[in-house]
Amino acid sequence: MLEIRWHSRAGQGAATGAKGLADVISTTGKHVQAFAFYGSAKRGAAMTAYNRVDDAVIMNHEKYMEPDFVFVIDPALVYTSDVTINHKDNTKYIITTHLSKEDLIKAQPKLEGKEIYTVDCITIANETIGRPIPNTPMLGAFMKVSEMYDIEFFKESMKRILGKLPQKIVDANMIAIQRAYDEVK
Amino acid sequence: MAFDKMELKDIEVWDGNFAAAQALRQCQIDVVAAYPITPSTPIVEGYAKFLADNYIEGEFVMVESEHAAMSGCIGAAAAGGRVATATSSQGFALMVETLYQASGMRLPIVLNVVNRALAAPLNVNGDHSDMYLGRDSGWIQFDAFSPQGAYDLNFIAFRVCEDHGIRLPCMVHQDGFMTSHTAQGVETLSDDVAYNFVGDYKPMNDMLDFEHPVTHGVQTEEDWHFEHKARQHNDLMTKVFPKIEEVFADFEKLTGRKYNLVEEYDMKDADVAVVCMGTSVETAREVATEMRAKGIKAGVVGIRVIRPFPFMQIAQALKDIKAVATLDRSAPGGTVGMLFNEIAGSMYNLEKRPMLCGKIYGLGGRDLTKAHLVELYTELQANVDAGKITTPLQQFIGVRGPKLSFL
Repeated sequence: MLEIRWHSRAGQGAATGAKGLADVISTTGKHVQAFAFYGSAKRGAAMTAYNRVDDAVIMNHEKYMEPDFVFVIDPALVYTSDVTINHKDNTKYIITTHLSKEDLIKAQPKLEGKEIYTVDCITIANETIGRPIPNTPMLGAFMKVSEMYDIEFFKESMKRILGKLPQKIVDANMIAIQRAYDEVK
Repeated sequence: MAFDKMELKDIEVWDGNFAAAQALRQCQIDVVAAYPITPSTPIVEGYAKFLADNYIEGEFVMVESEHAAMSGCIGAAAAGGRVATATSSQGFALMVETLYQASGMRLPIVLNVVNRALAAPLNVNGDHSDMYLGRDSGWIQFDAFSPQGAYDLNFIAFRVCEDHGIRLPCMVHQDGFMTSHTAQGVETLSDDVAYNFVGDYKPMNDMLDFEHPVTHGVQTEEDWHFEHKARQHNDLMTKVFPKIEEVFADFEKLTGRKYNLVEEYDMKDADVAVVCMGTSVETAREVATEMRAKGIKAGVVGIRVIRPFPFMQIAQALKDIKAVATLDRSAPGGTVGMLFNEIAGSMYNLEKRPMLCGKIYGLGGRDLTKAHLVELYTELQANVDAGKITTPLQQFIGVRGPKLSFL
């Protein structure tokens, strides 16, 4: 079982990103689950979304999760949310930030000793898609860190999932995914 | 046909709401009268979009309340249409008066109920309070444990409730958010296969059949009311299970997916078992398997059909079990949980009765974790080892503050 927790703000596309990732993985024969905590959330409120991936049908519906990966797609959430909650020793973090890894850990000492990857999904999204929607770049970074799929396969899959959007937006997302794949450290 | 068909992948990643909306599209519902409410909104929203995009020949009626939504469904069903809608929580509560009208008038409406807590305090998350509120209304009630179930049970519901021997309305329940907003793989049917399974709707006593005028919604006082209600109850108790089992069998032949009135998991040689509904059934199955690896013979009974209640089938499933816990996801309001009550009744005439205790859990969407279930099975095994119930009969799982227990 592979488990992922997303930290996001409502409106940044974590729930959509989690569902998109699940959709891609499902086409390769694995079983998936994607969900989010909503409440009476407002745009901008901190929220979490989740993915489970397994070879067998996923029967576990508990919301509690000790994630293998934590995605932080808004740079401020490492300070205002506990992104390390329910972590395991080998939990990997992919964090959206403009800071270097060292400066990030200095700013948030809880991240000391964790396996951390950084990528500036917000800047990438702004420069490619033209809006700060950091969900698809995060998935590009995840492909690099996890080596889950070949990036070309992943982009082709995402083209299908984003298919109903205007071609310009789809193309921009492809660039965003590739840039995050190339830039994650 | 004048509408478009949709190409689906064999497995689509859908949440429970979208799975239900797709099923309504494939069943070609004539009329949906709806007043959307969280978390069921995407079901009727999905139907409306499919309709606007020409995937359905039908009509979406926007109304001013859930009471009006079900009233509109009743009118459309009495006129002779295939009718469905969806609701949750307060919306369901406002429908209650009309639920009894629908069943009393023998109208085969399908209502998707995305289970949600009832206020106060206001809460949009999933528990079974609304489902329990409908249980005396004379409707058939199916319970889905996953998005796949929400999809499949809609087809099954139409086949069952539209049968001329049944003609009773039917609810398809799914857990708010835990199913309705959780995307999982759903094995799909093609549009033609799905529609052929349900078949063309053949109305009975429809008001638009002007050659055979009928009256719906009549008044009967003590001269006839009891006979109407008794015959309605008789049909629920004697005709519905055979029909459901027939449709379950047909569905298995078509899809390979097998549904049962009572879903038994590892019950054959179990010492301890939990009885529950919704997504909790699947989580409990995973934990039961893990308990067996630790030497505790654990099983799970999931209730697929809540009304009519599978009284004898439950007794059969539990007859050799030593200790049973019922899991009720609804505040029992001054008594034991509904499942505790029903299960106690079903087991009372068994030769050797299992020890029975009741748990209230998950209100307002509070998480039922695997750790909770491990603790519960361990407690049931402790009862078995002690030869008696070692705890109060009613306890709460997962509530903060001082431990609450009663009886």
